[in-house]
Amino acid sequence: MKALMFGWEFPPHILGGLGTASYGLTKGMAMQPDMEITFVIPKPHGDEDQSFLKIIGACNVPVVWKENTKEYVQQRIGTMMHPDEYFWLRNGIKYNFNRIYTNDLGCIDFSGRYPDNLIEEISNYEAVASVLAHQMDFDIIHSHDWLTFPAGVFAKQISGKPLVIHVHATDFDRSRGQVNPTVYGIEKRGMDAADHIMTVSDLTRKIVIEKYYQDPNKVTTVHNAVDPLPNADTFTKTARKEKLVTFLGRITMQKGPEYFVEAAYRVLQKTSDVRFVMAGNGDMMNAMIDLVAKRNIADKFHFTGFLKGRQVHEMLAESDVYIMPSVSEPFGISPLEAMQVGTPSIISKQSGCAEILTHAIKTDYWDIDAMADAIYAIVKNPAMHKSLQELGREEVNNIRWQDAGLKVRSIYESVM
Amino acid sequence: MKNICFYFQVHQPLRLRRYRFFEIGRDHYYYDDFQTEERLKSLVDQVYLPANKTISEMIRTSNGKFRCSFSISGIILEQLEMHAPEVIDSFKELSKTGNIEFLAEPYAHSLSSIFDSNEFILQVKMHSDKIESLFGKRPTTFFNAELIYSDEIGELVSKMGYKIMMVDEAKHVLGWKSPNYVYTHAYIPKLKLLVRNNKFSDDIAFRFSKTNWNDYPLTAEKFVDWIEKMPEDENVINLGMGYEVFGLTQTIHSGIFEFLKALPYHAMEHHLNFMLPTDLIKKNEPAGSLSVSYPMSWVGDDKDLTPWTGNDLQQEALNKLYAVGERVRLCSDKPLLHDWLMLQSTDHFRYMSHKDPYGSNYESAYDAFINYMNVLADFLQRVDEQYPTSIENEELNALLKTINSQEETIELLEDEIKKLKMKAKKNSPEN
Repeated sequence: MKALMFGWEFPPHILGGLGTASYGLTKGMAMQPDMEITFVIPKPHGDEDQSFLKIIGACNVPVVWKENTKEYVQQRIGTMMHPDEYFWLRNGIKYNFNRIYTNDLGCIDFSGRYPDNLIEEISNYEAVASVLAHQMDFDIIHSHDWLTFPAGVFAKQISGKPLVIHVHATDFDRSRGQVNPTVYGIEKRGMDAADHIMTVSDLTRKIVIEKYYQDPNKVTTVHNAVDPLPNADTFTKTARKEKLVTFLGRITMQKGPEYFVEAAYRVLQKTSDVRFVMAGNGDMMNAMIDLVAKRNIADKFHFTGFLKGRQVHEMLAESDVYIMPSVSEPFGISPLEAMQVGTPSIISKQSGCAEILTHAIKTDYWDIDAMADAIYAIVKNPAMHKSLQELGREEVNNIRWQDAGLKVRSIYESVM
Repeated sequence: MKNICFYFQVHQPLRLRRYRFFEIGRDHYYYDDFQTEERLKSLVDQVYLPANKTISEMIRTSNGKFRCSFSISGIILEQLEMHAPEVIDSFKELSKTGNIEFLAEPYAHSLSSIFDSNEFILQVKMHSDKIESLFGKRPTTFFNAELIYSDEIGELVSKMGYKIMMVDEAKHVLGWKSPNYVYTHAYIPKLKLLVRNNKFSDDIAFRFSKTNWNDYPLTAEKFVDWIEKMPEDENVINLGMGYEVFGLTQTIHSGIFEFLKALPYHAMEHHLNFMLPTDLIKKNEPAGSLSVSYPMSWVGDDKDLTPWTGNDLQQEALNKLYAVGERVRLCSDKPLLHDWLMLQSTDHFRYMSHKDPYGSNYESAYDAFINYMNVLADFLQRVDEQYPTSIENEELNALLKTINSQEETIELLEDEIKKLKMKAKKNSPEN
């Protein structure tokens, strides 16, 4: 089976959870021997792992016919794409996209990020999709998140092949209900046109059905998984007298950082040998620093700023408790990563991952008393810490992308 | 002649309220009265009263042929006395027929038989006292909480003077042996063991209203017929279950009460007897002894202690609780002693099970653990205030002994002074 996937990010150059999930899922699916995946992203960097799939950079696909010599193409984009492939794809140009600004190869420059002209970039991505849909051979189209929905829909219209879309988040999660009408429109049109919709949790599934008015039979949950961490043992905890409780993520409204501060305040009323860390960056960071000062706990509450790569796992491993009080989290992979390195997690019930975790503490995001209670119990009770650590690690190691891949495969087959 | 021995377990814990860690040291009230009362009310209305009424009717219509036993925990007796004394009266009425035997068990429905044998002995005595004061007769048959049994526990129970003990049918203990005989303790022949018949008990307790069960619907006729068809010399059928089976596990609409009412009639037709444990062992010779080196219970397929002690959380909670046993027994603070009992119910630990948190009102095992440990932390602080942990148990004992016996010592010494004075008088030169 050949799948044409449209994504927006792919490791190692990622900006959010979407890239991680795309990587894990495709890798898990590639374990099926007859699965061929072509993954389109706006702008590859050339260092992506292509051992199990083929990556096409939208910025290297011609959408306007330009005459060029093979040598010139080789010199321009040879590291990313073979000139022959460029010429072959050029034959797929069936529409006039002269209105779009293109370079000397007839390709569009994509940023591959989330720029201010994101909406324009999304529609340019559609143009690329038309070329690919005309020229390539595939059985199914799979679009990851709203940025790629228009591309997927267009590819479906051209090729007549079924379209499945993968909802990693909705605008309702990002905005606490204040949706952007343009984004909502794109999401809704994509869902309406799709043959099947996959959501990363039942929570998201419910939003898709209730807020986007989709037929429940058309929406299936495929929970995310977590990539095994081969070097999990190399992350160790430094012995220290004080316990460490960590929040890690974007410091935005969606992540509920203020509830973490309030819970910390409650814990510190009762015990002093605990420290709290807020790692990450975001528009609420200054407000949080203010709140910490106001609560008079700044001596026990620390901000690290943005962490990346190995630092993330190191921070998680050093912690005694990881906490994710998200107000609305479609899935939330970070608690699983924390559990991989043996750190007990407290998550909000409003997180998708709560649906598949048993050995994590779940509280309502607003229930700071329960959260504080859980923090206190874990740092004060070695048995609690040990239980969550051992059973949690075991549990997470059994949540595999391979199984998610099988579920996706059966959805493919149901729409073909 | 086959004999059916029915016994019912009556117990409900005091439910703990949501107790946050910042209340530790500030608030010493641990119970969710509303929840406990609600639960008790539904039990009284749906189970205890209708079931007692049914049993009294069965005794009457069978001309006193129907007999059964009850094991009622001290904790539920307290709740009933406070909230539903009519149930106590109804048990008293039943008791007057002479067809009822009350069994002994640890007062707090606790795991003390495993963790604290001194506490166990104390609680058993406490419970028997309570039963005697309420129903006028001291129990001679023992039903341990959750039917926990081992040779060691049997020995303790026998030493306390009980003659019969209930145990469950566990494959790893019985092997090829049938549960339908009277057995004895591994090395104390005086202590008789009655083995609960798993199949027949669970047919009533769990399968009765299961429509996908092969033998659904179960009628009294069918049930009696099965028992009658048992091999000729297997004469003792012990049927033990929680009392909430009648009206709650099996609802009134399932026809469970009709099933019960029809039982005596069909049983008598087939010449089956209903017997109380004490009579049973007089009429039936033991078939052999049972050796149980590791404690067993009546829960799960493995019939072991894992539902209460299987994971780290449960171990931690139990160890912390029973570590202060000796200290608490030195205390005389009544509320403290009462809390000590209430915190020992097996239920609290069952709720901490990941696999089998039967009857739990918590969202998860962790939730149950967090709440219990907060309560326990406060409780331990109170114990500590009375007898600081910085003093060794033995030192404490010695001190207390001195305090408690100081009057005797004073008396003794005064006597001696008197004697010496007398002697001195006698020896004085005036005489």
